[in-house]
Amino acid sequence: MAAKPQSHHARVEDAGSEFLVFTLGEEEYGIDILKVQEIRGYDAAVVTRIANVPTFIKGVTNLRGIIVPIVDLRIKFNLGKVEYNEQTVVIILNLDRRVVGIVVDGVSDVLMLNAGQIRPAPEFGATLSTEYLTGLGTVDERMLILVDIERLMTSDEMALVEKVAS
Amino acid sequence: MSNTLDLSQFFDTFFDEADELLAQMEQLLLELDVDTPDIEQLNAIFRAAHSIKGGAATFGCFQHLAETTHLLENLLDEIRRGEMALRTDMIDTFLETKDVLKSQLDAYRASAVPDEETFSRICGILRQIADEHREALQGGGSISASPTASAAAVAVATPEVSTAQPAPVAVAAVAPAASSAATSTDTSLPLCVRISGVSGKDAQSLLEEMGHLGRVLGHEQGAESLTVWVDSTCSADDIEAVCCFIVDGDQIGISREAYGAQVPAASPSAAAPTIVAAATPAPAAVQQAAQEAASVVAQAQSTSASDISITSNAAPVAPSTPAAPRAAAKPAAGASGADKENTSIRVGVEKVDQVINLVGELVITQAMLAQIASTLDPVLHDRLLNGMEQLERNARDLQESVMSIRMMPMDYVFSRFPRVVRDIATKMGKQIELQTIGRATELDKSLIERIIDPLTHLVRNSLDHGIETPEKRIAAGKDPVGNLMLSAQHSGGNIVIEVSDDGGGLNRERLLQKAISQGIAISENASDDEVWQLIFAPGFSTAEKVTDISGRGVGMDVVRRNIQDMGGHVQLSSTPGEGTTTRIVLPLTLAILDGMSVRVGQETFILPLNHVTESLQPTSDQIYSVTGNERVLLVRGEYLPLVEMHRVFDVAGAQADPMQAIAVIMQAQERRFALLVDHLVGQHQVVVKNLESNYRKVPGVSAATILGDGSVALIIDVFALARANREKSFSAEALLN
Repeated sequence: MAAKPQSHHARVEDAGSEFLVFTLGEEEYGIDILKVQEIRGYDAAVVTRIANVPTFIKGVTNLRGIIVPIVDLRIKFNLGKVEYNEQTVVIILNLDRRVVGIVVDGVSDVLMLNAGQIRPAPEFGATLSTEYLTGLGTVDERMLILVDIERLMTSDEMALVEKVAS
Repeated sequence: MSNTLDLSQFFDTFFDEADELLAQMEQLLLELDVDTPDIEQLNAIFRAAHSIKGGAATFGCFQHLAETTHLLENLLDEIRRGEMALRTDMIDTFLETKDVLKSQLDAYRASAVPDEETFSRICGILRQIADEHREALQGGGSISASPTASAAAVAVATPEVSTAQPAPVAVAAVAPAASSAATSTDTSLPLCVRISGVSGKDAQSLLEEMGHLGRVLGHEQGAESLTVWVDSTCSADDIEAVCCFIVDGDQIGISREAYGAQVPAASPSAAAPTIVAAATPAPAAVQQAAQEAASVVAQAQSTSASDISITSNAAPVAPSTPAAPRAAAKPAAGASGADKENTSIRVGVEKVDQVINLVGELVITQAMLAQIASTLDPVLHDRLLNGMEQLERNARDLQESVMSIRMMPMDYVFSRFPRVVRDIATKMGKQIELQTIGRATELDKSLIERIIDPLTHLVRNSLDHGIETPEKRIAAGKDPVGNLMLSAQHSGGNIVIEVSDDGGGLNRERLLQKAISQGIAISENASDDEVWQLIFAPGFSTAEKVTDISGRGVGMDVVRRNIQDMGGHVQLSSTPGEGTTTRIVLPLTLAILDGMSVRVGQETFILPLNHVTESLQPTSDQIYSVTGNERVLLVRGEYLPLVEMHRVFDVAGAQADPMQAIAVIMQAQERRFALLVDHLVGQHQVVVKNLESNYRKVPGVSAATILGDGSVALIIDVFALARANREKSFSAEALLN
């Protein structure tokens, strides 16, 4: 609910928007910070596995009494080695009244990007469709892959949301 | 100032209230005796229509609703004042109007526009009744209403229309209550506004406001009071609403009086013709005025969201106003107001759910602490352990009382059946008496809402197929009036709901024939129970002809599916010629569950305890293999299919040798199977957590819970496992369906 006036605010002033920057392998990704609820360490012991689901769905965990699915974006994005260490964190997202956790290699920054710093994304292969990208952000020498996380997480291919009954 | 007030925040309150009022109206209409209608009931029906109309008109954006209720209200008003005779067809029309109103309300709630066609049709019917009545009145003196009475009836319509098309000021008027006194008097008279307990400054601003609303004919100002006569096109409640910005609603009294009528007792005759109650000082009129006043209070109470309350009680400064009816009105109004205030509060379901969640958390935390404390030396930590025990007791009590907030009486469901029964009985030419038992039996709100559809289906089935026509019943030597009984009672942790009729019962031969013609495999000498189960098969219907009530064969399977989804089951018993009883057994709540936790490999699962019948360690002579891959377990002469948990849920490192594992015998409906797990851990009461709220439905799992150590455990969906086993496949699709 709180996200509404703020996103409005961002649009009006065009001062750009804030992105939470996280790493997956060597790559840096950015997501709209207003979708982020909190960041926690990853503890495999408290994630309950679910049978017969895609491998990138690690299972469900208990977040202060609510059951939250945990998705490993590294597996989803096919990023070679997937290891769980003390750097591994879970970003808890709040998307359209749903709470979802994503496992990433680490969280680095919160950056403000204005419209001029965001370039449209070129066509990629099938792993991450351009459909889910807001664009590519440039900060100094770094390139950020800006993901429309809400769209990605609610998409059919993530299999996180029940398909609308036809 | 008034235009900026956002009324949409009150919409939900209005919708809820209108819903309740419509339900109340329906109930009263059904109870009404056509020949000798009870004046109390007529008044109550009128009040309900009036409140809805007032509310709808106040918001200004529910025109259809306002206009339909307005027409209905006019008719009801004439009936309750004895100017129009009540007929059965009118009740039918009124009931239909109620349905239309309900659909209009639902449309508004969904931010849609109500159906124009039904709206104009029902309005046409209502107008026709009114017109017929008017013609009858003009046509001859056969109806004993006096000309003045009909004149009054016509006069009613005029001021009321102005509320249906609200003037700008009406936007601010949250109170739907029209001043009842005003509606029954002549509009040509000015409005007399009496305000008590005002300071000189306020009085001045009130006078100014009145000036904006219409022509001020004159005013009298006392030490702390103000009386103003205004000639205005605004309705009384508009004026009252405006005044409410300066003084409280209960300080205001509005009536229609000639200017100068407020001459103290010296010239009572001058006041007499202007006040309807005084003009007809019969006891009935006094009582009526009292009721009207009471209704205004009730309405004001119900709009409490706005914090504005309006009553039409006598202002102390107006001793010469019709004292008798007003004095009578006051205690009545007070009583009805107090009742409503004390008995309940309206709280959003999400707030209650939040409390329930928090209590669930508390119980989990308590379990966690208890687990840690159990490792301590009881001698050294005596006081701590005592404290833990007390905490456990308190947490459980708290949980129980919080759960009871969600409980609603079955009356919520049962109360809609008199109407269903009446409609169907009329349509089918049957005579049916409905009996309900255990209306006060409580059930969780989420379940009570979901039981309505299946139960309605069962009732329709009983009425359509079960109970015979009066001729057939007489021929069979039964009472021509059929009996349908709905009952609800608690039994252990379950609620048992029964629908029974004294109709023809199920026809075994016909069911068997039908089954064979539809290609369902069943033997000729199957047990009765097995035959009755046939009617739950998809697409199965034995009705000789399809009616619009039932018989299409979609239904009983849906009924059973719905009830299973709620964690319950359906049983049927029937005796030919004597009737059929359908029995639904449901858990009292979906929020907590008695579960048995079991371990498979490194994972913990919860089995619903009410499906667990026993557990045993299989021996080699109990296990037989069927077609190589499938295995069955022989338990006391019964071969049960063996379902291995680790195969269903793909668990690594589980006990693969059945002889080393534990077989838990599960019962789902009439189907039994053995579930193979590694260990039994224990029995707990677990708080059920929905997986769908943040994730999606998981095959073979009904929900999840949080264990004492904070981890999540999945609760097994026994029905899904039984179904999947029957279809001999544990693919995700089979488990989901």
